[in-house]
Amino acid sequence: MDALGSLLSDFTVRTVMLGCALLGFTAGALGVFALLRRQSLLGDAISHAALPGVAIAFLLSGSRDPLVLVLGALASGWLGTLLVSAITRSTRLREDSALGIVLSVFFGIGLVILVIVNRLPTAGKAGLSTFLFGNASTMLTRDVWTICLLGLACLCCLALFWKEFKLISFDPQFAASTGLPERMLDTTLTTLIVLAIVIGLQAVGVVLMSALVVAPAAAARQFSDKLLNVVLLGGLFGALSGIGGAMLSASVEKLPTGPVIVVLASVLTLLAILLAPHRGLLPDWLRHLASRRRIETRRILQALYRLVESDPDPFRPHDPNALQAVGLKAARSTLAVMVDLGWVEYSGERGWVRLTAEGWEEARRSIGGELPA
Amino acid sequence: MGDPPVPAIRVEDITVAYRENPVLWDVDLEVPPGVLMAIVGPNGAGKTTLLKSILGLVRPAAGRVFIKGEPLSRQRRLIGYVPQRSSVDWDFPTTALDVVMMGRYSELGWFRRPGRRERELAMQALERVGMTDFANRQISQLSGGQQQRVFLARALVQDSEIYFLDEPFAGVDVTTEKAIVAILKELRDRGRTLLVVHHDLSTLAEYFDWVLLLNVRAIAAGPVATTATPELLAMTYGGRSAYLMNQGGAEH
Repeated sequence: MDALGSLLSDFTVRTVMLGCALLGFTAGALGVFALLRRQSLLGDAISHAALPGVAIAFLLSGSRDPLVLVLGALASGWLGTLLVSAITRSTRLREDSALGIVLSVFFGIGLVILVIVNRLPTAGKAGLSTFLFGNASTMLTRDVWTICLLGLACLCCLALFWKEFKLISFDPQFAASTGLPERMLDTTLTTLIVLAIVIGLQAVGVVLMSALVVAPAAAARQFSDKLLNVVLLGGLFGALSGIGGAMLSASVEKLPTGPVIVVLASVLTLLAILLAPHRGLLPDWLRHLASRRRIETRRILQALYRLVESDPDPFRPHDPNALQAVGLKAARSTLAVMVDLGWVEYSGERGWVRLTAEGWEEARRSIGGELPA
Repeated sequence: MGDPPVPAIRVEDITVAYRENPVLWDVDLEVPPGVLMAIVGPNGAGKTTLLKSILGLVRPAAGRVFIKGEPLSRQRRLIGYVPQRSSVDWDFPTTALDVVMMGRYSELGWFRRPGRRERELAMQALERVGMTDFANRQISQLSGGQQQRVFLARALVQDSEIYFLDEPFAGVDVTTEKAIVAILKELRDRGRTLLVVHHDLSTLAEYFDWVLLLNVRAIAAGPVATTATPELLAMTYGGRSAYLMNQGGAEH
């Protein structure tokens, strides 16, 4: 707790955390649109494609001014997206191949230029390699300012064109038919996603940035069926991952921020996929189990009824194993449920069961419609 | 009798090609105002492509489109559109009411949010398609027929003069089909023009009054009674039309 307290009182750490929270929020919120428009892979291509832009911007300007580097990243990330759609349109390659090509070629070029930059005797080159895996602790106040400025601009734009973005994400053809400039809005939304990615590159790195776009969004989708809630929740998850990552990497020596942020976001997503109330796998599995149990009890009840149907004493106890003759296995847990329901009761010490009056009535009712077997 | 009325839709020489294969070839079409017109033809005949090129969603290699005598760009407000149900992701996080309100977005204009008026109009439209109880339902929880009704309601709030519907009966239950037909006929009776991609020849005469027979080229267009003749249908479908005419209902 003491360590945490001293961490939070440190101005640098606070600044870094603010930056990480905001870049996480922006990436998480816009990531929802990338997810819904099936552009998750595009995010990966964009972040890798941004690397040569960062390196070239540094080469040309000789400065680590965040705005310059972000502009470089933006330009080459953008060029990457344009190239993906150009390849898809003019060749027979499909989008996944186009994305793969752009991602690896741009990343390769970026790495080569990065090596060249690192051999230059220019001052201030240090820190450029952090763009690979990200290092939030290299963020200066001006970096955080840039993130805040661009992140808020992204979110404002999202709020302004909210209903249009919603419509083109759900039904672009209908949007175009009403006369909305669908192509322009599509381009704008993609640009915002590119922007959300490039402002996170320094802290998270080009290799893993796309995870911060996809993972919080995927987690958020698990919890709500309202777009606004999903977007806000995606932002919240992204911000939490950002803050957590910044804190952890600040407290452990040489722990790069990017991987930590991404691990946190992935854990959140995994939990959401498993546990979310309506869409989660575990609740789904439990519901499935419950409905199977319902069917099972019904079938066992009917089988028990058949056993005593022509018996003068309908409440004669039977060995539940006799049900195997009709292909049923009366598990103890299922029988226990039926005892709880008051349909059957145990009789004697051999574990035999018999129908109660209530169970007999219930079985007769549920068989009612069918012809006797 | 004065001059013939300006056609609601006029299509001149529309040609669309994908990689050197013609999808539509030199299609001409005139749709008089106030008719309920079907586009029929075999799979791959270009029915959907024709609809999309009239709406400007597909750019034709050649040809022009006029809506009430003017280019489409000036007449956007006159048109309503029901795309194929399968063209969107129904797992999108939104409700039936929200989807219907999307029909008012372009009328609302930039930066304005849908408010109480939009909500009221959307609820009225949902009522017309019998979906009031499902207004706040997440759209993935709706059946195919209910999803189609929601799409129709979205077009209804557009309050248009000319409607374009792409396979509105695909994968819907019988009740929904009858309900949709009733609404289409009601719109026609109120003077609206409707152009509908249809694939069931057995219901053609019952549902529609005009028809375009299409198979890459326009084979024929006109009133159903004089256009959907066995000879012309055979030309459109290449001999399988007799079977298709009879497969649907015993009453034919």
